[in-house]
Amino acid sequence: MDIKWAALGQVLVVSLAVSVVVVVVFSLGVLAISARQVAEERHATGTGPLAAAVLCFAACAAVVGYGIYLIVPQFH
Amino acid sequence: MEHVTFLVVVVIITALAFDFTNGFHDTANAMATSIATGALRPKVAVAISGVLNIVGAFLSVEVAKTISGGIVDDKLVTPPMVFAGLIGAILWNLLTWLFGLPSSSSHALFGGLIGAVWVGAGMRGVHFDTVLQKILIPALASPLIAGFVAMTATYLAYTITARARHESVTSTFRFGQIASASLVSLAHGTNDAQKTMGVITLTLISTGALASGSAPPIWVIAAAGLTIGLGTYLGGWRIIRTMGKGITEIESPQGFAAEASATTVILASSHLGFALSTTQVVSGAILGTGLGRRLAQVRWGLAGRMALAWLLTLPAAAAVGGVAAAVATTGTLGVTIAAVVAIAVSAGLYAASRREPVHAGNVNELPAQPQRVAA
Repeated sequence: MDIKWAALGQVLVVSLAVSVVVVVVFSLGVLAISARQVAEERHATGTGPLAAAVLCFAACAAVVGYGIYLIVPQFH
Repeated sequence: MEHVTFLVVVVIITALAFDFTNGFHDTANAMATSIATGALRPKVAVAISGVLNIVGAFLSVEVAKTISGGIVDDKLVTPPMVFAGLIGAILWNLLTWLFGLPSSSSHALFGGLIGAVWVGAGMRGVHFDTVLQKILIPALASPLIAGFVAMTATYLAYTITARARHESVTSTFRFGQIASASLVSLAHGTNDAQKTMGVITLTLISTGALASGSAPPIWVIAAAGLTIGLGTYLGGWRIIRTMGKGITEIESPQGFAAEASATTVILASSHLGFALSTTQVVSGAILGTGLGRRLAQVRWGLAGRMALAWLLTLPAAAAVGGVAAAVATTGTLGVTIAAVVAIAVSAGLYAASRREPVHAGNVNELPAQPQRVAA
């Protein structure tokens, strides 16, 4: 009987790291969206927040793309 | 096709029946939280999931090389045993569905096969150390890992967005949920339909209808893909309700955090060589997201019943598989009797579900006294 503790530990560390990064970046994007809406209502320019939001969601989209790459065997 | 006997036809039909229950049992894994938070309308959610399951089935080339993945001695497995094992898996899937409990379809299939082989070929046919390594340890590890990851992610999501406007937060996270839920569905299709294809292909090989080492014929791929997709589309609404509404009340940031965590854990585990059960990963993530949001309530009674169902899945499916094998290995009459009894019991379970139906219309309503008989 050998339990693959190393593989199990790896799963935990990798999952935690990736999930935290994705959720934090997405949350920052949400924060930026909210800031832009507030700015627009005050008739101020919301360009800064918009750029930040686009950047955050693009990063998340890249992670989703990598997920699809991992799932679809034809890409390997 | 002179090798295609009555028995082989029965095994193929039974394998597809299992595939179907696999589909509607596992819709909840991908879509329960999206349906609960309103990110997707119920019918739209199951349609997306169904289509992605079919796509996944056609995409994947990694067909199961062994029927059981080494849990039983495949050299001793005969078509009647496969048939009996599938019956055990189907009946357990239907029973847990009736009670709205998410349980692993893979574990049900392995359990059914273990019981069938134990009865049909003796204890030496079952590799118990592999059972421990491939089923028991992952079953304990999955909910813990996914739960911890989801709890951390949820806590961070709420902390970061605490000052943002509530409406922006809700609607943006809902959008993110659609992407993460779709990934789970696609991953499911590439994995789970493969099991059915493997079972059918290996049965055809064992009777000489296909050459040894053949890839599954296109009709097997199409049948397995479409069946799991149809099962997914019909939606196991009872299980969706449990996972989306029963375990904890889910808001859209939690739904996103839970799904993102579950997707990551599933992909990480399947690529780092420690396969975890999708059902248990998702359930664990939902539980964790309940813990990660302050003031969110986790219904521990229901969580306990779920854990009990996980523990029982293997032995219960094994018991049914064993009984079915005792009858089915006696010959064609035995197979017929086992099939008729299995159909009758399935019809009975379905009839029982009609007394209190759960469908797309009421999937987001909790029953009046949901956890009165908590374990």
